Amino acid sequence: MKHAVKIAAGVGAGAALFLALPAWAQDAALQAPAAAPPPPVVNKGDTAWMMTSTVLVLMMILPGLALFYGGLTRAKNMLSTMTQIGAVACLAMLIWVMWGYTMAFGDGGNAVISGFGKLFLKGVTSESTAATFTAGVAIPEYVFICFQMTFAAITVALVLGSVVERMKFSAVMVFGAIWLTIVYFPIAHMVWAGNGYFFGLGALDFAGGTVVHINAGVSALVAALILGKRIGYPTERIVPHSLTMTGIGTGLLWVGWFGFNAGSALEANGSAALAMINTFVATASAGLFWMLAERVNGHKGSALGFCSGIVAGLVAVTPAAGNAGPFGAIVLGAIASVVCYYAVSFLKPKLGYDDALDAFGVHGVGGMIGAIGTGIVYAPSLGGPGKPDFDMGHQLLVQFETVLTTIVWAAIGTVIAIYIAKAVTGLRVSPDVEREGLDLGEHGERAYN
Amino acid sequence: MKLVIAIIKPFKLDEVREALTTLGVTGMTVSEVKGFGRQKGQTEIYRGAEYSTNMVPKIKIEVVCPADLSDRVVEAVQASANTGAIGDGKIFVLDVGQAVRIRTGETDVTAL
Repeated sequence: MKHAVKIAAGVGAGAALFLALPAWAQDAALQAPAAAPPPPVVNKGDTAWMMTSTVLVLMMILPGLALFYGGLTRAKNMLSTMTQIGAVACLAMLIWVMWGYTMAFGDGGNAVISGFGKLFLKGVTSESTAATFTAGVAIPEYVFICFQMTFAAITVALVLGSVVERMKFSAVMVFGAIWLTIVYFPIAHMVWAGNGYFFGLGALDFAGGTVVHINAGVSALVAALILGKRIGYPTERIVPHSLTMTGIGTGLLWVGWFGFNAGSALEANGSAALAMINTFVATASAGLFWMLAERVNGHKGSALGFCSGIVAGLVAVTPAAGNAGPFGAIVLGAIASVVCYYAVSFLKPKLGYDDALDAFGVHGVGGMIGAIGTGIVYAPSLGGPGKPDFDMGHQLLVQFETVLTTIVWAAIGTVIAIYIAKAVTGLRVSPDVEREGLDLGEHGERAYN
Repeated sequence: MKLVIAIIKPFKLDEVREALTTLGVTGMTVSEVKGFGRQKGQTEIYRGAEYSTNMVPKIKIEVVCPADLSDRVVEAVQASANTGAIGDGKIFVLDVGQAVRIRTGETDVTAL
């Protein structure tokens, strides 16, 4: 394990390493055997950027995702949707510092899970450092913990997109705690930790297309299937109550996503810059291509289509952010957007499941397109940052294996988490509460008076 | 006294109000309403889910005026709210039995 070599060499003492790129991993391995590597030095520029990135990801959740999802629900469920997102994100933050961080990034452990040595952040101080992708350059471990904390928080919040307007608040909290523990932490470890299973395979996932989006999307689908349809779906008129809010949320998500993607470089450098430009252009392409798909199908180009395309593009470019050239990213965004359009507009009605806000249709499907597409656009012949000897066939196999394993893991874990939540809380609100709205029934308030 | 109820296109409200004020009408009540007649509604599509709405947004104006003014009120509304297109709306005229100004207690035409 390259990771083990690096730890043994004393670089990044107490640090959780996650090297998303085999290219860098090789570089690291070349440097590792040096006789006495210097102790890691905290870079203030990188630290400032990572602190900024971390709060940008928080902004994606509150108010970004809360407004994006909230606007898509009916007015009677606005507060319920926003509150569930905010509360489950807070729960994720607390669980992260208690047992999440050590499960994903603690020292030791195996290919599936880390050791429990950093339970309750044991041994972490303001002097602790976490390695970046450059040997000898570090950031404070607390910053790394916070950055990764926001990823856990947004992922569990994304899952809720399929189950809003009918799942109990208490069920959301129970589900969230279990799901994070048995689904998110192991997958984050497998993809990002140096001794993780997918990492060992050489999977490319720059900012969490697998960990965050496929994971959340598939879990959302499974949760929605178990929970059942909303009363009145799909015969009654169930439409977004405020696409204005959804539009505001879309903007906040896009801006915040620069922290998510460019922040995943862990440094303020050229790799972050590549992730930044890709997060612009893939998204721009996706926003327009969704509207184009609507036109091709004989409809008007819509505001909701524009917003959906933006998010689909952001999802697809997440694993590819630092792993594609700008023009590869543009094509990837366009393809993901069009495929997601067909998934939510045709596949969902045909199969009849009620993924209320299309968490699977956009995050699951877009995440898979992005994860597999990353194995293509990484190629230097397509403008990607891969080495000249990049083997696309092999890389695609690795990407497929990662995607399939994540799908199976997320699906099984979600079944377990949902049925435990059902046993403890009953899972679903009563039909009366559902008809009257969860705002009044679950929280005793109305969003608009 | 007559009650004139006019259902009109929302963007015509200002023109109608102007025409009625010119006639000497001193007050009116306006509400935002929905309904349908010959004009059918729109189709809305949200991520492929299609809903046809048969209710169209309209403005309802209620004016109470002296009986001898009601014909001119109807004419003024008809002229000012007309676009020539389907969905211009309708006018109804009803008899009013009594009117009272709450502040002073004045009744009937003096209360208008």
